[in-house]
Parts: sequence; C-alpha cells; structure tokens
Amino acid sequence: MATSIKKLPDTELVLSGNGACGGCPATMALRMVGKALGENAIMMLTPSCSVASMGMTPRLGYNWPGMNICFATAGSSASGVVHALEIMKEKGRLQGEVPTVFNWVGDGGTYDIGFQALSAAAERNENIIHFCYNNEAYSNTGVQRSGATPRGSFTTTTPGGKRQPKKNMALLMLEHNIPYVATATVAYPGDLYDKVVKAKSIPGMKYIEILAPCYLGWQFDMENTVNMSRMAAACGAWLLWEAEQGKISFNRPTDHIINGKKPALPVNEYLMAQGRFSRLLKGSDAAERIAEIQGDIDREIAFMRERAKITI
Amino acid sequence: MKSVTKAYRPISWPMKGAGGNTGSWRVRRPEIDRQICTKCQICWAYCPEAVIDRLEIEIDYGYCKGCGVCAAECPTGAIRMEKEE
Repeated sequence: MATSIKKLPDTELVLSGNGACGGCPATMALRMVGKALGENAIMMLTPSCSVASMGMTPRLGYNWPGMNICFATAGSSASGVVHALEIMKEKGRLQGEVPTVFNWVGDGGTYDIGFQALSAAAERNENIIHFCYNNEAYSNTGVQRSGATPRGSFTTTTPGGKRQPKKNMALLMLEHNIPYVATATVAYPGDLYDKVVKAKSIPGMKYIEILAPCYLGWQFDMENTVNMSRMAAACGAWLLWEAEQGKISFNRPTDHIINGKKPALPVNEYLMAQGRFSRLLKGSDAAERIAEIQGDIDREIAFMRERAKITI
Repeated sequence: MKSVTKAYRPISWPMKGAGGNTGSWRVRRPEIDRQICTKCQICWAYCPEAVIDRLEIEIDYGYCKGCGVCAAECPTGAIRMEKEE
C-alpha cells in the first residue's frame, strides 16, 4: 500500500515562483522526489524544461546544488560526481553522509540523446538515481518527436501523426541487470514517493521513469494534468511497475489490469481527451489508426505480463 | 537560503520567486469554500507550485499560477476557479 498523502513529509525542495508553466507535471513530480530524497542530494540537469524552470540568476527554483550538464552526458557526468564524492570521503574532506546523486532528465535526454552514456553508466552499475520525466516529446523546444512519442501522436516534426510505436525504455534499463527499475506517474504521489525512498536505500544504479502529461505538448486543458495521468494508467497506456533485483511487481492500478481483475479501459476516451490525436481521429482511416494504438498497448500489457513471470 | 549581497556572481541561490512574480501569470484564481473544505490535503499534494499551506489550506496568491489542478482534484468541490480581476 502506497504512503497516504497525510503521511508525506513537509520538506519542500521545489520553491514557489519557479519558471515552470502553470500545472507543470515535472515540478509536481520533482516535489515528491524532493520529499523522498531530502536536502542531502546533488541534482544533475541536462537541457530540458526543468532547466528553464530553474528561473533566472541570481535565484534558483530548486533547493539543491544543481549542475547543468551537456545533453548527452547524464550518465557520465553523474558517474564523475559520484566518484569525486567517494574520493573526498576517503580523504576526509567530506563530513557526514555522502549525498545522493541524481539525474533529473527528460525523455529526450534518456531515450535518444543521452542513451549511450546512460547505458554505459548502468553497465558499470554506478551509484546514481536516474529520473526520466517522460512527457512523450521534446516539449522544451516546442514539441518535437522523440523516442517516447506514442504512435499516432502529433508533434511539429510528425504533423500527420507518428507512424512508429514508442520504445519501452524502463524494460531496456531492466535488461542492463541494474538493482532497481521503476515506473511511476504524477497521479499517484504516494506510490512515487515510496519508489524514490526505496531507490535511495539501494546501492548501485537506479532508474525511475515518471509519466508527466504535458498539457502544452499533449494539448489539453492544464487543470486536467493529474486526470490525464490517471487515464493513461487506467487504459494501460502507462504501466506502473517496479523491479527489485530483476523481479517485476506491478502496482495499483496496473496490477488489476495484469491479473485481469479489472481489465484496461479502451483507449478511445484517452485519445479523444488529447488534442495531439485529434488529426488522427478526424481522418477517414481513424478506426484503423485507433486499432493500431490499441494493438501497441495490448502487446505491451501482454509482454510485461509474461516478462514478470521470469524471476531467475 | 542565503541572500545575495554581491552585485553579480555566476552562482544562483535557492529563493522563492526565481521565475519572477509568477502570481501575475494567473488568469483564473482558486477560491476555497471553508464550509465544504475537509482539509484532506489532496490539493497540497498535487499543487505543482507548492503554494498551498498544508495545515490551514491557505493559497499564496503571490506565486500561484492559477493552473486549476487543485480545483479539478478537490474531492468535495471546495475549490472554485474564478476569473481574475
């Protein structure tokens, strides 16, 4: 059972008045991450919306020491910082607990541009937490297609809707045999909090992916941010699971979808709520395109159900 | 939090209002109906801006961007979005 809202700590590491859009799911998720990690952490930011929302010098919207690094270097920069901290600790120049080093990276910096450095860091099993807040496009630069963009979605570089499905990045990271992989979304803050607390306690490489429905890129009203994230989980477009030492367990509400207690809702309502699928729904071949998207989701559910049975 | 006294340093310090006076971005303003509010803290948990006080459910209108997530998620409907004057 996930931590209830009333039991979440008071720590606030994302400060009011930062530069993010109103209703930004990335700051929503980062607040929960802050509650779980605490002050003793170092944040690595590749170019993403979260860098823009830091605000203007001499003020900083996040209450952590943060470092702005190159787009492709999330894995390698964080590894460097971890090793530097280790050496400082050995030489006695660092007192107290060693800070947690974490990457706060968008889907572009994880799926596409940052993948090779991240893959190498995972293979070396560096002691870092990699957070990917996945808004399914390059939202910071004005919504371009990324590896996380689902089939049929409009972006400025796929005006007719993307023709390829998205890749399952969390599963790719799991296949690097790292100690902890999890997926979360902003509609379930207690679940996200628990996963980050667990990740903090495990040594080695941790990967947590958070679905962040960006109202600007997905084209819906900004007050529906949380609702959209809940709908994504309900129709199976986003699966909530965690894998500790390679053993997958599903979380609410995905566990009901997987064990068939409460089947996934049809994807239609989820698609119709978002403007990015509106061109697809207006076309003459709308039914086929929706069936394609439904097929992607069904395949993903079936695949993860079978993958979870492998526990060796 | 430290205050910045030097004229310019290439280092930022954590401070509220890093994006400016973000309360001025608002077009709709959340109003809480105290009679219906049960202080369940759901609005506090979902607020992306951390402007809602956890215990008293007071909104800091200086920085609230008026996104309306609190109003959409309130289980009792105690928060209404009203047009900003």
